[in-house]
Amino acid sequence: MTDLCDLTASALSAKLAAREISAVELTDSCLARMEAVDDRVGAMLTRTPELARERADELDAYLSTGAPQSGAAGIPTALKDVLTTNGIRTTCGSRILETYVPPYDATAWARLSGAGAVLLGKTNCDEFAMGSSNENSAFGPVRNPWDLERVPGGSSGGSAAAVAAGEAVWALGTDTGGSVRQPASLCGVVGLKPTYGRISRYGLIAFASSLDTVGTFTRSVRDAATLLGTLAGHDPRDATSIDAPVPDFTRVLEDGVRGLRVGVVAEAFGKGVQPSVAASVRAAVDRLAALGAQVGDVTLPHAEYALSAYYLIAPSEASSNLARYDGVRYGFRAEGEHADSVEMMFQTRGQGFGPEVKRRIMLGTYALSAGYYEAYYGQAQKVRTLVIADYRTAFQRFDILVAPTSPTTAFRIGEKADDPMAMYLNDIFTIPANLAGVPALSLPCGLDDAGLPIGVQLTAPVLDEVTLLRAAAALESDLGLDLRPPLLVGV
Amino acid sequence: MAVQIDIEHVANLARLALNADEKDRLKAQLSLILEHAAKVGEVATSDVEPTASPIPRANVYREDEPEPSLPVDEVLRNAPQRVGDRFGVPRIVETGS
Repeated sequence: MTDLCDLTASALSAKLAAREISAVELTDSCLARMEAVDDRVGAMLTRTPELARERADELDAYLSTGAPQSGAAGIPTALKDVLTTNGIRTTCGSRILETYVPPYDATAWARLSGAGAVLLGKTNCDEFAMGSSNENSAFGPVRNPWDLERVPGGSSGGSAAAVAAGEAVWALGTDTGGSVRQPASLCGVVGLKPTYGRISRYGLIAFASSLDTVGTFTRSVRDAATLLGTLAGHDPRDATSIDAPVPDFTRVLEDGVRGLRVGVVAEAFGKGVQPSVAASVRAAVDRLAALGAQVGDVTLPHAEYALSAYYLIAPSEASSNLARYDGVRYGFRAEGEHADSVEMMFQTRGQGFGPEVKRRIMLGTYALSAGYYEAYYGQAQKVRTLVIADYRTAFQRFDILVAPTSPTTAFRIGEKADDPMAMYLNDIFTIPANLAGVPALSLPCGLDDAGLPIGVQLTAPVLDEVTLLRAAAALESDLGLDLRPPLLVGV
Repeated sequence: MAVQIDIEHVANLARLALNADEKDRLKAQLSLILEHAAKVGEVATSDVEPTASPIPRANVYREDEPEPSLPVDEVLRNAPQRVGDRFGVPRIVETGS
């Protein structure tokens, strides 16, 4: 049975406009689903049901006046717990921020809230968004609604799982090296990482500032386009936000892919890629060709160095950004008598951060330290220049690039937990887009033999989300998948 | 080639208290990760400029206009220790005798 909470935002928006349903009814549907499944899924860290009902009630009063309605109005929303929410606890999945209650809203949430979205709560994630399995949360793992013994991916695992399980109609996440696209792929939902700087990061608690991007989880490409249109645009409070016009991302969604030049990334089908993933992504490429796209092969010669460059650049920036957690102004402070403030900081950080965050702080501190800076961080930044040049060359011949989002479908909880290098390899196909700042999207394209979702990744040039979404919408419509996790059978 | 890391020194730079187990584990793990990361050294880059940000922006200026600040109570609400209108911390400097 399909409940309201299983529908797309666009379908629900139409029902709200036609007064077939109320915002309160819709909110209650999501809250009921959350109540029914979240003790098993673990997607939510903080729930805000009273605030949600209050907000939905206000919206119903507003909508009953026949006032104009945005595509986000009344849509039940979950936010990754790295986006600040005024008066609502924001933890980053870390003990060090377990009790932190921000005094301001992130711009992304302020815009969405201003458009009438209803906040249901904050989602679980890898600590400070560092991870690809959600096992690094200080508050326990998230489980994949498709198989509760498996990871949902990460770091935005809670947001991906919440949308897949019908606990929210859409959700926001963040993508530094694949943290929206990879969990979207593993949970069978649409994950969009727009161009770096497209969405303001004011109020996004920083991990790696030259890579961090706010992204979206939705059940359809059209919902991703609607959500991006609400979130995008220049923000004077974020100096890295791009001052470019925001087009209507939904306008040409149904224009198809005839004549579109699609490049298949040759390197992304080699060793380490699950055969059923490669086959499913190739089948999706065939669909694009059948729809009239011109398909060819493309290479990104420096992509094989992107992972190495990323694991120097991201930890370096993290080690600097996370220096602010010192037990002085906010967050956790280690108990006990401390000889002095510096000793207090050592103990606070040693007790407050989990293993993966410590690993990356140490890695970044080492890579930036005297004598190593040029060989590691400096060299990684030069490799980054070459990765960007690869994309520039590829986009002279192609409008869209296609590759798998993740080399495998969802793996078992614990399977890679003790092997950081194996874990880092999950992001091998998503990281290059972060280094280059280009927009990319993961679209569900099938299931493997175990019944787990497979995602195909589409990538477009900087600021060309219009073409990215158009290509994804054409493929989505042609594939016609109806993805519903087995968890929900009988709910 | 295995990278030898002075864990004590790096932990000291990062202001991170680590126990003996953590130090052992990190020494081994960081060495492996850095071995992989060192692959960036295989790329010829003598004539390549480094990239700090994917969408380069020059200095972004705004008018220097005063705006309202958060109320002091809001700012101090999350403080682990509050002393009047200030953040409380353990001793910072030696007091003279």
